[in-house]
Amino acid sequence: MFGDYSLTDLSSIFVMQGFAGLILFSVYTLMALGLAIIFGQMGVINMAHGEFMILGAYVTYLCSGFFQTHLPALFPAYFFVAMALAFIASGALGMLVEWALIRHLYKRPLDTLLATWGLSLILQQTYRTIFGAREVGVELPAWLIGSVQVTDSIEIPINGMFVMAITTLITIGVALLMYRSRFGAQVRAVVQNRPMAGAVGIDTERVDRLTFGLGCGIAGIAGSAFTMVGSTGPTSGQLYIVDTFLIVVFGGAASLLGTIASAFSISQTQSTLEFFLSGSTAKVITLLAVVGILMLRPQGLFTLKVRR
Amino acid sequence: MTRPNPAQTVNDNPFMKPMEWVSLALLAAVIFVVLPMLLDAFRLNLVGKYLTYSFVALGLVICWGFGGILSLGQGVFFGLGGYLMAMYLKLEASSVENTKIQSTPGIPDFMDWNQITALPWFWKPFTSLPFTLIAVIVVPALFAFVIGTAMFRRRVGGTYFAIITQAIAAILTILIVGQQGYTGGINGITDLRTLNGWDIRTDQAHNILYFVNGALLVACILFAQYVKRSKLGRILVAMRDKEDRVRFSGYSVAGFKTFAFCLAAVFAAIGGAMFTLQVGFMSPSFVGIVPSIEMVIYAAVGGRLSLFGAVWGTLLVNWAKTTFSESFPELWLFGLGGLFILVVLAFPNGLAGIYRTYVEPRLTRRAKAPEPAPAALPHAAE
Amino acid sequence: MAEDQGNGLPSALRRRLLMGLAGLPAMALMPRTSFAAAPATAAVNTTGLAVTDTEVTVGVLHSLTGTMAISETGAQQAEKLAIAQINEAGGVLGRKIKVVQEDGASDWPTFAEKAKKLLVNDHCAAVMGCWTSASRKAVLPVFEQYNGLLYYPTFYEGLEQSKNVFYTGQEATQQILASLDWVHKEKGAKSFFFIGSDYIWPRTSNKIARKHVENVLKGTVVGEEYFPLGHTQFNSVINKLKLKKPDVIFTDVVGGSNVAFYKQLKAAGIDLSKQVLLTISVTEDEIDGIGGENIAGAYSCMKYFQSLKNPNNEKFVAAFHKMWGEKTVIGDVTQAAYLGPFLWKMACEKAGSFDVDKVVAASPGLEFKEAPEGYVRIDPNHHLWSKTRVAKALPNGQFEVVYESPELIKPDPFPKGYQ
Repeated sequence: MFGDYSLTDLSSIFVMQGFAGLILFSVYTLMALGLAIIFGQMGVINMAHGEFMILGAYVTYLCSGFFQTHLPALFPAYFFVAMALAFIASGALGMLVEWALIRHLYKRPLDTLLATWGLSLILQQTYRTIFGAREVGVELPAWLIGSVQVTDSIEIPINGMFVMAITTLITIGVALLMYRSRFGAQVRAVVQNRPMAGAVGIDTERVDRLTFGLGCGIAGIAGSAFTMVGSTGPTSGQLYIVDTFLIVVFGGAASLLGTIASAFSISQTQSTLEFFLSGSTAKVITLLAVVGILMLRPQGLFTLKVRR
Repeated sequence: MTRPNPAQTVNDNPFMKPMEWVSLALLAAVIFVVLPMLLDAFRLNLVGKYLTYSFVALGLVICWGFGGILSLGQGVFFGLGGYLMAMYLKLEASSVENTKIQSTPGIPDFMDWNQITALPWFWKPFTSLPFTLIAVIVVPALFAFVIGTAMFRRRVGGTYFAIITQAIAAILTILIVGQQGYTGGINGITDLRTLNGWDIRTDQAHNILYFVNGALLVACILFAQYVKRSKLGRILVAMRDKEDRVRFSGYSVAGFKTFAFCLAAVFAAIGGAMFTLQVGFMSPSFVGIVPSIEMVIYAAVGGRLSLFGAVWGTLLVNWAKTTFSESFPELWLFGLGGLFILVVLAFPNGLAGIYRTYVEPRLTRRAKAPEPAPAALPHAAE
Repeated sequence: MAEDQGNGLPSALRRRLLMGLAGLPAMALMPRTSFAAAPATAAVNTTGLAVTDTEVTVGVLHSLTGTMAISETGAQQAEKLAIAQINEAGGVLGRKIKVVQEDGASDWPTFAEKAKKLLVNDHCAAVMGCWTSASRKAVLPVFEQYNGLLYYPTFYEGLEQSKNVFYTGQEATQQILASLDWVHKEKGAKSFFFIGSDYIWPRTSNKIARKHVENVLKGTVVGEEYFPLGHTQFNSVINKLKLKKPDVIFTDVVGGSNVAFYKQLKAAGIDLSKQVLLTISVTEDEIDGIGGENIAGAYSCMKYFQSLKNPNNEKFVAAFHKMWGEKTVIGDVTQAAYLGPFLWKMACEKAGSFDVDKVVAASPGLEFKEAPEGYVRIDPNHHLWSKTRVAKALPNGQFEVVYESPELIKPDPFPKGYQ
């Protein structure tokens, strides 16, 4: 299939395809990070994860409208404000949900799945009532649109690089928080042995609430970032849910590194297959491979032995 | 904390307790007498469709309620049963006579549109009704067996299993939609007419199918009851509560789990086949994640430990769905979402749990006196 | 007598449309005399439809809930507008149209159920409804079994022709062939890259397009890709576009994927003012979600655009905005849905009856001159003769028509040589 192309063409395509894979990797990591914290650290299956993401997207939409009408001078920078607000909004809603719903169900992980599915239906209908059933278009500042011309034939989309940067920052932030901070130590202590953590004076309920809020908040940032590449509508969150869960499960719960490794392998497989095969075939093969490997190695790529 | 007392679900004594016979009689009376008398042909057909979902809920009671294995991919088996039946019906509807305007007469219309000029090999056996009926049972069971053995032998946990089955549902949907030449694609297999020469579209046929469906459902309940009170049923419950102890006692945990999963798959497939017969088509929208999870809520509302509850739950949720979506379409999703949360938080054992906590004690107290007033029965209001 | 009514009404209708659709007050002023002149119910209704001396029942069947509600809203609004206008102008055969609306809930068996309810319980004389092909396929046996009448508004893949359905949207060849000819002639396009969502409509459309490109235009198709519905990542295929450098990107991606595709295309630096992109799946409705600035410069091929300049359309847009709000956009399907009630009314009046068989028999050859898209005609194959238009997307979300087929294009749901 490469016979007709010049060497420069091919090499630039390989560079761009490499970037496409990296962008997909960032998108997947960002989607899965929040879920990995919630599922991995707390064992809760949050089926409303996609809806928390879309909340972030709607916050971004509102911000863009607000800045356009009231602060047009600051419009180029609004995206950062929007992401911070998305984090706060989704995180706050997450803590509310944890308090009202999830904390009653820690002993029944399968039931959290049903309850959060119900929550996702309610959130979808809420978005529909407030924002209308149609998708909304989020206007981006000019500097986020377009691409960087590296050579004559190599172009890298700016928003893709932006997503990569955000993902890197958040991943580093989460890693520091989890492995270098007092809060992270508390979270890990609660995951590994809840009664003992409580016995040494850790407020486990507070840790649970903050962990859940953190996971949801990161989902909000992801949703905010995805307004650049995807659609924002009441049911858009559903588009991400299967991929996200598979990434987390494939990575092996309770392992941040596992989630990243899994996002990397799945995104590279899919992006390479998409280039050589047709889109939907690539998707099916990727999913089948993931499910097949999970059947052979159900604990995922990386696992952490924990005592519950 | 919400785990039921095992003594409640497993009884060593007779096949069914007296109250369970009453429940069965009540259910049979409602399905076979009350509803056909009260409803017109149109509504009855609708109830018939709901009852096909209750096969799935019944299967979920066995594998989720008793076995503790939550499958979020029961739509896969419902769809398999439905599609296998639809393949037979479609071939019968695509006789050379009916399809003479096609470039290749005698094959289903969607194949003709996709330039397929001969019937694919895996469609060929479906000209035979006996083969189809066997396939409706065997194919889903085999599929469940493969998934089950692969996963349970490696001790895949409950949440993992749920997510993997969900992914399987997603994959199958993409496959069916993408392979439209062989499956009818997103439109599904439509315009089904006759079953071995018998027109299934008439009101009379719908009536007969309704009763066949009801009879099959009762048969499945009885079989599930048989499983439940057998040793196997008790092992399932034991396994759900303390898997390791069962394993240490020398039982093959994976084998029992696989069996429960296969049984649930077969029930779902029977439901799917009856669905196709009564509705007249099958489409990928019943295979995916959303219908699969909705079917879980039917079982949850009815009570995940109660075979009868599964049927009542299915009827209740669907009745509410039809009513609410007719009068308050906006509110329906709030209602459905709220139902999920309410059932999980407040009534983890669903209708059956409410019945056991509030109604049964009174009934048994009064049963010692003359006889129970029918009005006090839980489901009479339906 | 029925004929007299039929001849009198169109001009009255036109006058009333000209009056600017004054809304409810005008309805109250409706001359009662027209009822007196209405033909006897027994004469116009011999098959037990819901027709009284003053009313005739028509069903509207669309998804008000679920994933399809987004798309179907416009169609349903247009049908209600058309029915209100017909009632204002005196109704059909002297009878006001009473609407029974049902929610298909984006669920195909529900569509079939509700269709059956509309026909069996409500005895609707006609039903305006459905949007997706899947929902139409689901209701089709019901309409055939109970001899109902369905007006279906969406442009679709063709390969169907039922006695009980009138298709007021385009079938695939009407949409595709003229636009490919145009892009070949105007832009000198020789090579094409097809990108679609993976289901029946894009696959059938692309098949027709491929035959036309290869056999008629003597061009080449350098790529054909399908993505699952709801897919959101298109960077790999965009790289393929950069490698193959086709003259034309031809797309039929739908739903949320559409939004993602155009955003990523723009981000990847593909400039639609230089790269020709022809789409058959983007109307004003879709641009709302995509964002005008992301798709500006693309060419869309439809039979109707909100910006069409003709008196019929100006009145239609004004009336639509009056009824449903200034901000609502009007897409191709919305306009096609608007035609349904009028075509049915004209057929009833020509037949002098509401009987389905007579209405069906009277329909072929009917001409509707007041259509917002301009003149249309019903073909014996139950589809409409209509013009094809190519328009360029503008940053404000509207389209600028750049090409209009000189003649009405014949509908051909089973195109020979394209299958």
